[in-house]
Amino acid sequence: MEYVIEMLNITKKFGEFRANDNITLQLKKGEIHALLGENGAGKTTLMNVLFGLYQPEEGEIRVNGKKVNISNPNVANDLGIGMVHQHFMLVENLTITENIILGSEPKKMGVVNIKDAAKKVAEISKLYGLNVDPYAKIEDISVGMQQRVEILKTLYRGANILIFDEPTASLTPQEIQELIAIMKKLITEGKSIILITHKLQEIMDVSDRVTVIRKGQGIGTVVTSETNPEELATLMVGRQVTFKTEKGPANPTDEVLSVQDLVVTDNRGIERVKGLNLSIRRGEIVGLAGIDGNGQTELIEAIAGLRKVKGGKITINSKDITGKSPREITQSGLGHIPQDRHKHGLVLNFSVGYNAALQEYYHEPYSKNGIMNYKVISEKANKIIEEYDVRTQGEWELSRALSGGNQQKLIIGREVSRDPDLLIAALPTRGLDVGAIEFIHKRLIEQRDNGKAVFLISFELDEVMNVSDRIAVIHDGQIVDTVIPSETNEQELGLLMAGHAIKGKDALKEGVDRDVK
Amino acid sequence: MSNRVVSLLVPVISIILGLLVGAIVMLFSGYDPVNGYIALWNGIFGDSYAIGETIRQISPYILAGLAVAFAFRTGLFNIGVEGQLMVGWFAAVYVGAAFELPMIIHLPITLLAAALAGAIWGLVPGILKATLRVHEVIVTIMMNYVALHVVNALIKTVSGGSYKTEKIQPTASLRSDFLSNLTDYSTLHYGIFVALAMVIVMWFILEKTKTGFELKSVGFNENASQYAGMNVKKNIVLSMVISGAFAGLAGAMEGLGTFGSMTSQGGFTGIGFDGIAVALLGANTPLGVIFGASLFGSLKYGANNMPNAANIPLEIVSIVVALIIFFVASGYIIRVGLQRLNKKKEAK
Repeated sequence: MEYVIEMLNITKKFGEFRANDNITLQLKKGEIHALLGENGAGKTTLMNVLFGLYQPEEGEIRVNGKKVNISNPNVANDLGIGMVHQHFMLVENLTITENIILGSEPKKMGVVNIKDAAKKVAEISKLYGLNVDPYAKIEDISVGMQQRVEILKTLYRGANILIFDEPTASLTPQEIQELIAIMKKLITEGKSIILITHKLQEIMDVSDRVTVIRKGQGIGTVVTSETNPEELATLMVGRQVTFKTEKGPANPTDEVLSVQDLVVTDNRGIERVKGLNLSIRRGEIVGLAGIDGNGQTELIEAIAGLRKVKGGKITINSKDITGKSPREITQSGLGHIPQDRHKHGLVLNFSVGYNAALQEYYHEPYSKNGIMNYKVISEKANKIIEEYDVRTQGEWELSRALSGGNQQKLIIGREVSRDPDLLIAALPTRGLDVGAIEFIHKRLIEQRDNGKAVFLISFELDEVMNVSDRIAVIHDGQIVDTVIPSETNEQELGLLMAGHAIKGKDALKEGVDRDVK
Repeated sequence: MSNRVVSLLVPVISIILGLLVGAIVMLFSGYDPVNGYIALWNGIFGDSYAIGETIRQISPYILAGLAVAFAFRTGLFNIGVEGQLMVGWFAAVYVGAAFELPMIIHLPITLLAAALAGAIWGLVPGILKATLRVHEVIVTIMMNYVALHVVNALIKTVSGGSYKTEKIQPTASLRSDFLSNLTDYSTLHYGIFVALAMVIVMWFILEKTKTGFELKSVGFNENASQYAGMNVKKNIVLSMVISGAFAGLAGAMEGLGTFGSMTSQGGFTGIGFDGIAVALLGANTPLGVIFGASLFGSLKYGANNMPNAANIPLEIVSIVVALIIFFVASGYIIRVGLQRLNKKKEAK
């Protein structure tokens, strides 16, 4: 059997901590090999070893059967290994071609030869069906397109082995489908791919084999066609994971949130929420399903007081909170897990402890007469760390140093522990592994069972269907319909999200016909 | 070598390197570096008089450094310390001369006036930043020029056309016979205690108070602070106001301590601009500012002795002083060098 990459018994230590402990990964030529593990299991560390950013303490790396010493990323490049990073490393105001040649500019008599480079970029783009415009600026193109630029960058430098680090984390479902097509195309052109991910469905869809690591240890490699998502999840987490969220029937009582004829505009003054009506009661989880950009962000921000309301009325517990400050709204009983954890959720340069107190620092016991009580704050932080399994070195550690999943758990811990009457959870499980997702879903349901109202916003239909008691479908700034999860299916939801507001089987059929036409 | 040893070694090596390169400059210009450095040393620590004057010089540097550091820690860049210092100086001298009150009331009021004047000068860029998003660097630089000319005009007005204000009342003076006698009749005054007290005040505000928590939070992330219910605009303005108050007190050091009056200024004093370097040298921490200010103050005062005692022209002296500060500021390079050396040793 021919292996292009062999990482044999790799051990990487940071001090006494073994980030990678005896992991073996063998990549066959022309295969998509998935690397599966929880947040913080050591996937990225292993790939950084392969890419020359870290030196392993034990084990060896072979490329095409020959033992190599990858001392830095340049060596990796020369060996034909390219990495498509999770966070894109692109210069916003340069063109695609300029970004691709950055650092190895082709020169003609001392002047950068953009024209030839652009031609080459266009050729590679055509060969792999990437469909990029070499002269477009990064700031003008979509996230999916930016990722293609990253792929192009590695191909331009002659990579034969591509590492994708959680490539679908920031993509829309449509873009994910396109990415999968590109990956398959790359394979038919003779490339080999390592795909780092914790999304099981993706692995089932595209990979040939899967190597699983758990808490730094190599668990083994399985052939995708001989396994199933349940087995993979068990291998990854180390215990049985339930996919279908367990919950009893809802017992909704009084209304907590009422939104009437709400109108909200975006930063450019364009109306994004157009006369929206919504009601959420105690003891129920209402899911908001919709395609990104249909007014979800503006709706949440308006409820939370982060965006001006142009018209209409919002009440929490029958108290009018329209146009009130975020502080007043929080005090009226709102807890808010924001959509963008880096922008709104955390002060990244604050410690975990400071962030744990971000919503409550201003009142007793966290502060008194203008003086902070950091002892109480660190006690609270430690409680959240323990209860919500936030993996950190301690409450003094900067939040910036935490992995995305643990940052999210910190925010959820902070918001849920305040026990708000209404909890808005916007994309609460984005970027998390199945174990963490299960945990968060349980917490949301627990809040509901305690008689609180939960408003869940998600782009993942699975999540909305599994967790919600009612699903409100948003399209073009309005709720087009409200459905019960058990009485609907993904197809119907998909049609509603696309703006087909008529319910029932005939309508469904009609909708499909319309789409076909 | 442990990290601790490295942290101690870095400043020492930086200063030695600075002195070495300074020596080369002196040598090539035809002056004796040994004599030059002896003169510098004597200028700083030579006798109790020199020590007194050096400490006197350090006081305004501490306050100017605090002003820059405070704004920096709360996300703003205050380049206007120079102007805030000048209005503070004038306000202190005016209040110090115009009223006759017992010292226990007069001196605090005078200091307060200086802080208030600096705070008002910081308020303007603060409000413009908070409401119209005008960059504070531009506004503070312009406010420096406004301060220079407004203060000169005011000096002329209150002195009836002269170039110098009246002397302040003794009840408003920071001068101290005790400190002066102790240091062989130097102009050392109580200002150093005001400066050190403000170091504690800055630490207390930032690390202990709710206000400090909000100021830092807004400085790091305005969006998250808004989400957490903080008043972002208020905190931006407050940051500039507190920073300006520190700068105003730096002016009071000159007005109430060193000079006892204010003379029409031909240009900037330079203390405010040096405050930027002091703050950065001190990594924007209160304690670090004391270190940065001590280095600046010592070199600035001690260097005065070099032309007299070693016949080195002032221009060369300025270059030597700048070189020493340059090497201390580039401590990072030395740190990296030491770590490389360490790695090599470990590899062997």
